[in-house]
Amino acid sequence: MQATRDFSHYVRNLGSGLSRIDLAVEGVSCAACMSKIERGLSALPDVTLARVNLTDRRVALEWKEGALDPAGFIDRLAELGYKAYPFEPVRAETMENEQASFLLRCLGVAAFGAMNVMMLSVPVWSGNVTDMIPEQRDFFHWLSALIALPAAAYSGQPFFRSAFRAMRARTTNMDVPISIGIVLALVMSVVETIHHAEHAYFDAALMLITFLVAGRYLDQSMRRRTRAVAGNLAALRAETATKFVGADEISEVPIAAVQAGDIVLLRPGERSTVDGSVIEGQSKIDQSLITGETLPVKAGPGTAVYAGTLNLSGALRVRVSAASEGTLLAEISRLLENAVQVRSRYVQLADRAARLYAPVVHAAAVLTMVGWVALGASWHDAIVTAIAVLIITCPCALGLAIPAVQTVVSGAMFRTSVLLNSGDAIERLAEVDRVVFDKTGTLTLPELDVANAASIPTDVFDLAGRLALASHHPVAAAVARAANAKMPLAGVEEVTGQGVHGFVDGLEVRLGRPSFCGADELADDILCRDPEASVVAFHHGETRHVFAVRQRLRPDAARAVAALQQCGIGVEILSGDREPAVRHAAQSLGIQEWRSGVTPSDKIARIEELKRHSFRVLMVGDGMNDAPALAAAHVSMSPVTATHLSQATADLVFLGDRLTPVVDAISFSRKALRLMRQNLWLAAGYNLLAVPLAIAGLATPLVAAAAMSGSSLLVILNALRAHRGVRELS
Amino acid sequence: MEVLVFLVPLALMLGLLGLVGFLWSLRNGQYDDLEGAGWRAIADDDPIRENPAP
Repeated sequence: MQATRDFSHYVRNLGSGLSRIDLAVEGVSCAACMSKIERGLSALPDVTLARVNLTDRRVALEWKEGALDPAGFIDRLAELGYKAYPFEPVRAETMENEQASFLLRCLGVAAFGAMNVMMLSVPVWSGNVTDMIPEQRDFFHWLSALIALPAAAYSGQPFFRSAFRAMRARTTNMDVPISIGIVLALVMSVVETIHHAEHAYFDAALMLITFLVAGRYLDQSMRRRTRAVAGNLAALRAETATKFVGADEISEVPIAAVQAGDIVLLRPGERSTVDGSVIEGQSKIDQSLITGETLPVKAGPGTAVYAGTLNLSGALRVRVSAASEGTLLAEISRLLENAVQVRSRYVQLADRAARLYAPVVHAAAVLTMVGWVALGASWHDAIVTAIAVLIITCPCALGLAIPAVQTVVSGAMFRTSVLLNSGDAIERLAEVDRVVFDKTGTLTLPELDVANAASIPTDVFDLAGRLALASHHPVAAAVARAANAKMPLAGVEEVTGQGVHGFVDGLEVRLGRPSFCGADELADDILCRDPEASVVAFHHGETRHVFAVRQRLRPDAARAVAALQQCGIGVEILSGDREPAVRHAAQSLGIQEWRSGVTPSDKIARIEELKRHSFRVLMVGDGMNDAPALAAAHVSMSPVTATHLSQATADLVFLGDRLTPVVDAISFSRKALRLMRQNLWLAAGYNLLAVPLAIAGLATPLVAAAAMSGSSLLVILNALRAHRGVRELS
Repeated sequence: MEVLVFLVPLALMLGLLGLVGFLWSLRNGQYDDLEGAGWRAIADDDPIRENPAP
């Protein structure tokens, strides 16, 4: 049965006879790639638009409806040397994009307002000391109000909304004092203008908004970039399912197009991309990505299959179930829900600072007012001075102190292949003093590998690799991968359940079960020494060899674990796998503390226990069985090969085969936390200098503008200094 | 000082023009691919319509 590829799910109809598809493309890195792809695709007839987005590594394609098959574009890109796959923006990414363009609009409006009001303010400031007549000053103030009020109402929205949400939930965050400061500054300025007074603070209010929106935008754009990369990685996994569209007719469709109740075919050597239960067929399946157990289990009608399950021997027909059916999955979802609720109680550093800061500042303002009245000043003057205190303390630097560092550090992490999923993960990661690793797929590589490659002659290895290309069995696939085989042998036949065989130079070659190749003794010998390995035998004329195939530890796992232990961070393993396999991994990595055969709820229990002993736990795991533990831990990380559920739950995702990104991420975040605190102190120091001026009634609009931009600049420069320091670390 | 009647609206108009231009470019998608836009400026010619690749 040959399946056709059906990408119609991703094609959008634009109307007026045009269709559109978005492709994620791997390996686009320069201007040359860009024009190569655009030329190559535009050359296809009926293509009306081919445009590469170099920032997001994507291609947008439009063509005349019905004229072309989208699969053709992917083939064309493959010919040009680029791997591509249709891409469907997830909701989170669409929302981030809308948020980004909203922030940019706010920034534009705020900057326009700030510049024009400043243009009017400078003559007033200089006029106050020369010969400006009061009518002219009032005219300028009214003009400023005309610009500032609508501009602030529009561009202050991000803060007003967030402050409103916080107050409705009866908490406070940094946006509450910001919003109060902005609103009071504007109201007071209008009242002062009506009373023909000398000072108005329109420029300060708008400048504050401009600085803060700029900080927010930078922070948000870094997060958006991370999300785009994660989205591309997900798309390029090219997860498809072979769906039955008729009784015996199959079609390869993207998983997004598979619904509950559909029947899909799971061939030997394939990884399931859906959850469901077997309705026909017998096979052995590898559930290691789900449960951590590396030993295959038997599957027949009624067996539950989860996304990530590897089918080893026979073809299975699977009926797709809705996401929360199935006992394991339902249990995991329930645990996950509880764990996520617990964690959302974490309060970010910025908000903790705000909780301390807002009452102090507001109390200072009230005291200023009372003090001036007590000293005999008029109520009007006292209120104006009090509001000036609020304006000058309005946390411009404080609002930038944390986003600026976050932007710089998440950029640095991005370059060491760590993606941030949640914004406050940096702070939580910095506090970690205990790391809990899952074994399968986290400490070990997700793919099988040949363990005794060194003891096998190169020519035999090459030949076995080429022969292995004919088999779909994952163990054979591991041999082919390890031998780096590219050219399959001609005339190779597969004997079901036994192996593959063919002829080379007139001699028979076989690859498969030891009994199939007459190599039982050799195989037993290997299995005695390494009972965890899977064996595959090779036979060519008189030569017989046996490959031991097993999960291999990540190449730098031992170094990474040692580095963690050196920093005084405790390391332990919690694995769903059997005892010998876990003990072997723990011993070779020098980890004292390990547990095997652990269920998802046991994992949570262990993490809760560590928490009770006031450890801050970083959980690193990839399996579906790790997802609740990932959510329960103080902070969590997943390799990019993890199941969807785990990746969505983890705070950080790391790419590649190495484990070092875990260590790097911790040292980056520690540095970041130090700088955030430093920045908060800088901001506090600025207030200590500026507040006495304001209390004394010396905070003219000119002083406010200078102090505000000065302190913001100071904080941003400090964050940039972090950039240099962070690079030295990596 | 009568010149203000003329100059102030003019200054505001120019500022607004800039803002409208910015909002237009934003809506037009000119901030969607900041990295690619930089490279496109130094590309040889418009690769899309003028000379289809062989």
